[in-house]
Amino acid sequence: MLNIKELLEEIKASPYEEVEISVPHTGIVEFSDLKVGDKVTGPTGEWKEKPGTVLAKLTRERNTKSIPAPEKGEIVSIRHDLEGKFVEAGEVLLRIRHFLSKEEVIQLILKKALFLFNAPEKAKYYFTPEIDTKIKGSGERSVKVRDGLELFIVSRMKRETPLNYTGPEGVIYAVYFHNGDNIDGGQPLIGVCPEDQLKHIQDVVTRVQSEWEERD
Amino acid sequence: MDTDKRLDALTKRLDYIKDIFKSNENANVTMLSSELGECKQSRLKNHLQDLDRALTRLEDLFSFLEAKLEKELTPMDRVRIVRHPQRICLNDILENVYDNYTELGGLGENSIDPAMVIAQACIARRVGNKVVNQPVMVIGQEKGHGQEFRNGGSVKPWGNAKALHYMKVAQAEGIPIHTYIFTPGSYPIEDYPGAAQQIAKNIYEMGQINVPIVAVISEGGSGGAEAIGLADRRLMLSHGYYSVISPEGAAAIEGNPRTGNRVSEALIASCAKKLCITAEDNLRMGYVDRIIHEPVLGARPHNYDFFRVLRSEVIRATNEACLSVKRVKFFKAMAIRRKRTQDGKEIFMRWALSNGARKRLTEKRHSKFRELSTSAYMDNRSLMLKLGTALQSTAWSTKSWLLYDLIGRGARAAKQGVEGIQAEVLQVKEKACSLIKKDNDSDPVGNNISREARDKILCLSSPAQQGACLEDGTWKYRSPQSIIDRTFSCPNSAEEGCLDLWGPDLFGDFGGVCITCGHHFRMEYQWYLYNVFNYADGFEFNSGIEAANPLDYEGFDLKLDEVRKKTGLRSSCITFETRMDGINAVVICIAAPFRGGSIGAAEGEKIIRAAERAQRKQLPLIAYVHGTAGIRIQEGTHGVLQMPRCTMAVRRYMDAGGLYLVVYDTNSYGGTVASFLGCSPYQFGIRSSSIGFAGPRVITETTGIKVPPNYHNAWKALARGHIQGIWDRREMSKNVQQSLLTMGGRNLYYR
Repeated sequence: MLNIKELLEEIKASPYEEVEISVPHTGIVEFSDLKVGDKVTGPTGEWKEKPGTVLAKLTRERNTKSIPAPEKGEIVSIRHDLEGKFVEAGEVLLRIRHFLSKEEVIQLILKKALFLFNAPEKAKYYFTPEIDTKIKGSGERSVKVRDGLELFIVSRMKRETPLNYTGPEGVIYAVYFHNGDNIDGGQPLIGVCPEDQLKHIQDVVTRVQSEWEERD
Repeated sequence: MDTDKRLDALTKRLDYIKDIFKSNENANVTMLSSELGECKQSRLKNHLQDLDRALTRLEDLFSFLEAKLEKELTPMDRVRIVRHPQRICLNDILENVYDNYTELGGLGENSIDPAMVIAQACIARRVGNKVVNQPVMVIGQEKGHGQEFRNGGSVKPWGNAKALHYMKVAQAEGIPIHTYIFTPGSYPIEDYPGAAQQIAKNIYEMGQINVPIVAVISEGGSGGAEAIGLADRRLMLSHGYYSVISPEGAAAIEGNPRTGNRVSEALIASCAKKLCITAEDNLRMGYVDRIIHEPVLGARPHNYDFFRVLRSEVIRATNEACLSVKRVKFFKAMAIRRKRTQDGKEIFMRWALSNGARKRLTEKRHSKFRELSTSAYMDNRSLMLKLGTALQSTAWSTKSWLLYDLIGRGARAAKQGVEGIQAEVLQVKEKACSLIKKDNDSDPVGNNISREARDKILCLSSPAQQGACLEDGTWKYRSPQSIIDRTFSCPNSAEEGCLDLWGPDLFGDFGGVCITCGHHFRMEYQWYLYNVFNYADGFEFNSGIEAANPLDYEGFDLKLDEVRKKTGLRSSCITFETRMDGINAVVICIAAPFRGGSIGAAEGEKIIRAAERAQRKQLPLIAYVHGTAGIRIQEGTHGVLQMPRCTMAVRRYMDAGGLYLVVYDTNSYGGTVASFLGCSPYQFGIRSSSIGFAGPRVITETTGIKVPPNYHNAWKALARGHIQGIWDRREMSKNVQQSLLTMGGRNLYYR
């Protein structure tokens, strides 16, 4: 069984993830004017169309490529000794410490604690009438699911077919769609957690929401 | 009570004057302001009679100084007048100029596009004791005195489509069209039908709408104005402006194009002046037929006298348009010429036209626009050459007529007749064979075909004999980029895992195409000229027509000289006649290195002449657009006029049965796509192309909508239905050949 509290403690102990920036191929490295402790930004813009801070430039066959930061964070180590030198592919140039945001922490916990049941194809999804009544009456967390339970109705091109739940037994923690929405294949429909962990998860998420301090 | 009202009216007049003169320090405005302030302060102290006298004096002073200020109006002040919420709008005109109207295709906010108003209106005329109602179709942009849903008269593509639809209705009913242009420009979105493509469609269709069209311009902003502005008579309000771009847009290009910082007021005002956008300027250049004089400081909804003048002017213009094509006119034409417009009573005449007159009307419209802006470019050809060209044109027309029409038509008819007889004979033969050889299952026709002919029909291309992209192992033209000894990375390498490519390979053998994902790197226009269009064996014509600076736009001469030296070109347009795989064709190449491939009077003239040449010689016409930034703003209205001029030329060419093929390469935006390029039924994009009306930055600035990075790319343009296909650069030659053989009209010399 997953120990949610331990997981949270673990995240709290190191509230960041370290990203290693390595060179994609051989070439001569030329660092930007950066030092340990400098802040860098990841790709920005609505479509992530603006690349992040340029960390270094790699030149091979007179073709200079920029290596941008993939995430927002702080530089923890930088191999200044490689400046102007020829490096092999995969050589780590620097490390960025990316501090986790509230959403990222919640996502991390839920990813480990929940089982996500995905839509098999692009269609409209509904809960079966019994389940729907139960959800509307006493909330989604009152619905227990088990493998083989007839849970959804898939509606596509005016044809309706039942869809059975497959996965571990538990209660529905979250519903990620609205009845009658068009859902793309592969998108999560519901998140399921073991019944006894429901309370823990709720507690942890609430705590994260209120207590987690975000760092730039 | 009365004095309060009068004071209130004066305050409003002062507010309006302040709005118009905005930041300018003006002694007259200050004086009016202080006088009005004093009058307000002394209101309670003075007797009613004294106050009345003071108000009368103040009203006189207002009228006097307004007339004085009128003379001081700068072009930018005029721009502020037409944009003012108190400016007359189309609904005021419908109420006051026409006697009755029904709004069509929308009512207020509930319309497919509230910025475009269409109404079936009536003008009631007294003829003796009778009253005659003359119906007209009124089409125009509506600014609605600042109503937010009107979008400031910025029409979306579907609004322009609605306008076109009702123009066709008017054509079917045989009633004149009055268009009122109140737009700062079109709304630059690409959603179907697409801003550029719809404007192109409008211009294309308006060229042949065979009922009289009268346009009245108040705010004529570029493509938005042209979408309904192609008219037989073009009138302009005296305080209006008609321009290729808003002064702010021009200033943004002049000042600081990249940073997005606001440009200074002074620069905007200077651009407004340099662009020659006022009614007087446009009348002088011949782009409008007449100016309708407005009251001082511009017409507002309470200027009823002005509406009377406007009514009289539009009636007169419609009369003139009709009379110009009617055979029987006698004294009416003379009367109309001599009639003073101020009396408000115009000659009555029916506006219905016979079929012959309708035909003459479109012919006349074409010649009217053909003759415009002919002095706005440099023609360095010698007199002898010009004479020779004119003679040659006549000779071609005669030759084409003799060869393809007179003899060709007879030969074609004979051939078709023989084919018909052959088919009949074959049918009888087959039937007979099947009766005789009932048991024989083999195909009686197929057996007669020789082995070679059979192979030719049934086998696909044989790659061993004909390389997919290389001719004799090498391209005829190698890009200068191919001599750079370095590798290049494909921008899609992160997603597609493309390997870096060595310059000489990439730009030499691979034709600038990534071998992994097919990404097209930018390539020079010469590559296409030599490798696709066989320019080396072609004949360039009209190269003596050079881009000029017709408005004496400050600093532009220098820029033109620089670009001439840098590119070796004299305009952004190269027109030549060539032979590709046995087929002759006329090619128009728009080269991006010359001022971004922008189109001015010189380029427009070259395009028109190319279309005329192709028409005379019955050749296919191919427009290869290496890149175009639209209309050249430094040429002002001379530039924007190329939109209707060129579109009408290619329309005539297509109507004469030609094939007009457009191929886009890199970035193609603006007025060119919204006119003679966008109107082609056969538009194709090379994979590297981006096609649209306005670039991403302009869209975000004008509409506030952020567009995704690939909003304009060829695939999106294809999905929106703006182009008909996407071509690989290396296969362009084959695709052009196939297009020449399979597409286009009946009057191509090789058909």
